[in-house]
Amino acid sequence: MEIVQLTIDNKKVVVEKGTTILEAAKTIGVDIPTLCHMKLHDTNFENKPGGCRVCVVEVEGRRNLAPACKSECDEGMNINTHSVRVVNARRTVMELILSDHPFDCLVCAKSGDCELQSMAQNLGIREIRYQGEKNKYKSDESPAIIREMEKCIMCRRCETSCNKVQTVGTLSAINRGFESVVAPAFEMDLDHSNCTFCGQCVAVCPTGALTERDSSSKVMDAIVDPTKTVIVNTAPAVRAALGEEFGMEAGTLVTGKMVSALRKLGFDHVFDTDFAADLTIMEEGTELLGRLGKHLAGDKDVKLPILTSCCPGWVNFFEHQFPDMLDIPSTAKSPQQMFGAIAKTYFADQLEKKREEIVVVSVMPCLAKKYECSRDEFKVDGDPDVNLSISTRELAQMIRNANLNFEALEDDDFDQPMGESTGAAVIFGTTGGVIEAAVRTAYEVHTKKSLERLDFEELRGMEGIRSATIDFDGLPVNIGIAHGLGNARKLLEDIRAGKSEFHAIEIMACPGGCIGGGGQPYHHGDVEVLKKRQSAIYQEDKGKVLRKSHENPFIQKLYKEFLGEPCGEKSHELLHTHYYDKKKKTEI
Amino acid sequence: MAKIKLPAAKVEELKGVCVKFNRDGGELINVLHAAQELFGYLPAEVQELVANEMNLSIAHVYGVVTFYSFFSMIPKGEHPISICMGTACYVRGAEKVLDEFKRHLDVKVGETTEDGKFSISCLRCVGACGLAPVVTVGEKVFGRVAPEDVKGILEEYS
Repeated sequence: MEIVQLTIDNKKVVVEKGTTILEAAKTIGVDIPTLCHMKLHDTNFENKPGGCRVCVVEVEGRRNLAPACKSECDEGMNINTHSVRVVNARRTVMELILSDHPFDCLVCAKSGDCELQSMAQNLGIREIRYQGEKNKYKSDESPAIIREMEKCIMCRRCETSCNKVQTVGTLSAINRGFESVVAPAFEMDLDHSNCTFCGQCVAVCPTGALTERDSSSKVMDAIVDPTKTVIVNTAPAVRAALGEEFGMEAGTLVTGKMVSALRKLGFDHVFDTDFAADLTIMEEGTELLGRLGKHLAGDKDVKLPILTSCCPGWVNFFEHQFPDMLDIPSTAKSPQQMFGAIAKTYFADQLEKKREEIVVVSVMPCLAKKYECSRDEFKVDGDPDVNLSISTRELAQMIRNANLNFEALEDDDFDQPMGESTGAAVIFGTTGGVIEAAVRTAYEVHTKKSLERLDFEELRGMEGIRSATIDFDGLPVNIGIAHGLGNARKLLEDIRAGKSEFHAIEIMACPGGCIGGGGQPYHHGDVEVLKKRQSAIYQEDKGKVLRKSHENPFIQKLYKEFLGEPCGEKSHELLHTHYYDKKKKTEI
Repeated sequence: MAKIKLPAAKVEELKGVCVKFNRDGGELINVLHAAQELFGYLPAEVQELVANEMNLSIAHVYGVVTFYSFFSMIPKGEHPISICMGTACYVRGAEKVLDEFKRHLDVKVGETTEDGKFSISCLRCVGACGLAPVVTVGEKVFGRVAPEDVKGILEEYS
């Protein structure tokens, strides 16, 4: 390993050759401001087009200023990161960027969480000296993501997410010069493109150019409508991140406060998506054992591996990109859709209400869920099983609207029957969690023995692709896990080529799983935030009395009173779905 | 977007071009050059074909097509008009000639008239500076063109 020694702001620094000035400065606590640059350590996300020039620094003996994110350290360099020349250059760069940016900060969805805004504040920009032409683009309003490209600063982070990390290939920079913009092919709307709505472009956008379609006002409309019974359910990853919106440390579990807030906001029933996650395990686990059993018995029509199907971004991905493999994923609906289906049948019956009188709202770490609940197959006579899906960020906004002091709220418990859940359901929120939950149940159902150890450490972690073999009492079951669609693609290509050895694979579209979802509080490039959310999820699991889905008493009751058997006739009608070839739809 | 049917023989030829370039994404510009030569322009269907053959996203191909002014998504007219904007032609009034063509045909540079007869493009030096300003219509070269001549040139092809 070759090392170089240099000086940054009068401090000596020793780094490995090849380290950028930006990274070297970080090691001695010097934070050089950046705008287009973003690196998510431990994932393959790195965006450094060197385009914005906000990170310029002065290198002694060098004629021009150097962009710190792209310039490598050389032996003996003497760097000043905040000379007058540097600061003036940064201010000019910012003024030029802002000269083609709308000034509607006060009403922008990103206000207060906008990297461009805070950079302008840090640099004390009080006047835009450059007046000139401004770009105008047509707005693009899909069911999940809204693009307002006037607010784009061409940092290209969304492109890196969409192409390099997710390998979806929806977004690209088009045109040139002043006209250039990031857009789908032929400038079509996202809704007509092959976008999966994973929302990872939104998660990294530094400005308000990419945001979610906000449904929170529709939720409030439903709450104040006296003819409607409004039921809310919250996904596992929400409780591990919501606190961040109120200044709490990342990884703080706020389950009780969240329930309390939802009740104060006026929801009639506060339930847990985790209940439906337990239900998903019953269905998906049974399907896994069924397919595995038939496959081992020599039935060549039964395909393995079985792939999880809880993640709607992932479902969109394989419908668009692997339409020849639609028979491989589990047919089980996602927990969100299972929740809606049960709420508008079983629970509606208990309330003696018609389904039209019930509004189901889900709070999700996800933007693809907004699209998922709008899919036609999840409607009965035009009435969707889940009416509205809002993100963690939108819930936080609703809590702020109501002026609730979130941190001071007392803990409260979910309502019953659809608020009861096990630890197995909680871990759905992180990569590896769904398959671990499935293993806990499938093992006991298959072997009829009790598991001695519930923590399958071998399935946990942040590696993009992981694998493990779990011994089902003499039957070795090969498990694969991928998070991030680029990693999923690798496993899928192996399956297509007949090279896959796995029996079951869990796939989550977002890096980290739902904890890193497109609807979560913005991480602003800090991957530690995701790790802290992940440990919070496992902590919640550990604290649960029941940690296996099949032990959830309300799930047992649901099967006894209403559904019958897992994967039975009623389950198939309400809890399973089918997939479509979407490649045809997007062909131009 | 209206779907156009690409001639099968040309599709096969284009696939052959992609194979010749080993479906290497780095050769995309060369493949697009060949495709434009084949089809005269790069309609969405051709870009989709190239993307599939080269294993690239359509958005990426579209990004490259829209970046380079040489590539066009509009079919050329039956009689493509090119006005030389090289230094010699320019200083001898090529721009006024161009303006006259634009006025008569009511199209911009890079566009084609509605009846598909004429399209206008600009080029840089045809190597006949002695004849400046130079205009080519199809294969035919017109030299020392003045704005007053434009009407007559167009009438030749009407």
